[in-house]
Amino acid sequence: MNEFASQHPILVVALPKIVVLLLVLLTSLAYLTWFERKVVAHIQSRWGPYRVGPHGLLQPLADGVKFLFKEDVTPAGADKFVYFLAPFLSLSLAITSIAVIPFGPKEFTVFGQPTPLAITNLNIGLLVLFAITSMGVYGVALAGWSSNSKYPLLGGLRSSAQMISYELALTMSVVGVILMAGTFNLSEIVMSQQGFHWGFLPRWNLIGGPMPQLLGFLLFFTAAVAETNRAPFDLAEAESELVAGFHTEYASFKFAMFFMAEYSSMITVSCLATILFFGGWLSPFPQTAAFAWAHYIPAAAFALAGLALIFYGIRYLTMFGRVVLPVLGVVLGALALLFIRPGVTEFVQGPFWFLLKVVFFLFVYVWVRGTLPRLRYDQLMGFGWKLLLPLSILNVVITSLAIVLTQR
Amino acid sequence: MSSILREAGETFVTLAKGFSVTFSNMLRKTVTENYPEEPVHFQDRYRGIHVLHRDENGLEKCVGCFLCAAACPARCIYIEAAENTDAQRISAGERYARVYNIDYSRCIFCGYCVEACPTDAITHGHGFELAPSDINALIYRKEKLLEKGTVRDVASNQLFL
Repeated sequence: MNEFASQHPILVVALPKIVVLLLVLLTSLAYLTWFERKVVAHIQSRWGPYRVGPHGLLQPLADGVKFLFKEDVTPAGADKFVYFLAPFLSLSLAITSIAVIPFGPKEFTVFGQPTPLAITNLNIGLLVLFAITSMGVYGVALAGWSSNSKYPLLGGLRSSAQMISYELALTMSVVGVILMAGTFNLSEIVMSQQGFHWGFLPRWNLIGGPMPQLLGFLLFFTAAVAETNRAPFDLAEAESELVAGFHTEYASFKFAMFFMAEYSSMITVSCLATILFFGGWLSPFPQTAAFAWAHYIPAAAFALAGLALIFYGIRYLTMFGRVVLPVLGVVLGALALLFIRPGVTEFVQGPFWFLLKVVFFLFVYVWVRGTLPRLRYDQLMGFGWKLLLPLSILNVVITSLAIVLTQR
Repeated sequence: MSSILREAGETFVTLAKGFSVTFSNMLRKTVTENYPEEPVHFQDRYRGIHVLHRDENGLEKCVGCFLCAAACPARCIYIEAAENTDAQRISAGERYARVYNIDYSRCIFCGYCVEACPTDAITHGHGFELAPSDINALIYRKEKLLEKGTVRDVASNQLFL
């Protein structure tokens, strides 16, 4: 088997990795919709999904089934080929971009083949990622154009202009990080953020390096929210003006694909923010003897979550919930037990902190949506060109100066 | 330059305020109620299905004066009054409502009947699950509207349900 693996590394190592990541990604996409609906609902003093399964946990499944069984209408006069192409383009590009994201530091071996905790570890990972995500504008523009309808056309126009404008600020805002790390490789960017101020404050790019990238991060996140067409920059689908924007004429699973593309790019951007500014998979605690207990945080978090689920679950309203929630809690507890095993503890450190930070950014995404009202179109353009872009250029200049001054 | 910085600072302060409002609201109790799993919480003034009350002796408060029926804009109240006798005393007054029907397919829950009643015999309760499969079932008779309780027969001083 090991021989076969060394001869066909793609078949034995890369393909299973892709399949696993794709499954995890698609599941998390589905549950991201649940998460968003829950958080926005609680911001508005509502329950959110509550009926389908305990606390609406089966809602994504129900939504998926509903999307599959809806009638798939193609509008009269639509350009059929492009109309079908657009959602595929959107989704496949959005999902492809996750391929270069590294989830942890450790290499693990599959049948004697060492492989990183990512689909690929490219030296130009960041460039590839930006190249793929900026292609996403094609999906939106083509969808708007091919629908042969006025609202999608306006929505497509708006969002293509918006995505191209904010692409500039987005790319410029990470130049500071690239200058400080001196590489486009995402793993190396993370490794360049190791170390601690005064022994406890992590030297992540947000607050570390020659020039802390606080401004860069704010610019990056603002531009990224606009780039992914999310509130408050969701003018592409401003329902009060454009019905639903570029995907007005899409139904059934093609609509679901646009939906998944949007959430997938949310995840990608959150991963990117984590890697570039928040130290990626690096733990916020120093690797010293005084902080040895920090190694057990993943296990402790899972154990606590599991216990909480069991105690909450056995008193749940419905019988189904009284069974499912404690079972979930037991699963989390079992994972916690697994995490305190010697080899596993080391391995889960990276992915745990990485995913925790990503979940935090996803929460911020939803929080922003629940807080800020939508911008007017001219405000949006003015904001992008007159504020974000000059500030990001300023950030590049200041960072370069700081690097030159500190390296002398 | 200083004005730009001040504006930027003010923008950050207002943004932080807004975000803190939504965050604290997220931690607050939700206002949605889990009907039918949990009972619905009504305001006291909620106007639901009517209740015909009894006085402290268990006699009906309704004296069959027809004021509620007269006040009703939907004309959903039908009353037949009868005289109380010493042998059979139903209400404290001269007359009582022998028949008291409310047609809930007509009632608009305006509360005028409650306002009109001189003896506070009729009030709105908190019942609201009216929907039947037969429209005739929406005509509620006195037996259904009447407050539950023991009825004291004044003449024989006997208690019966």
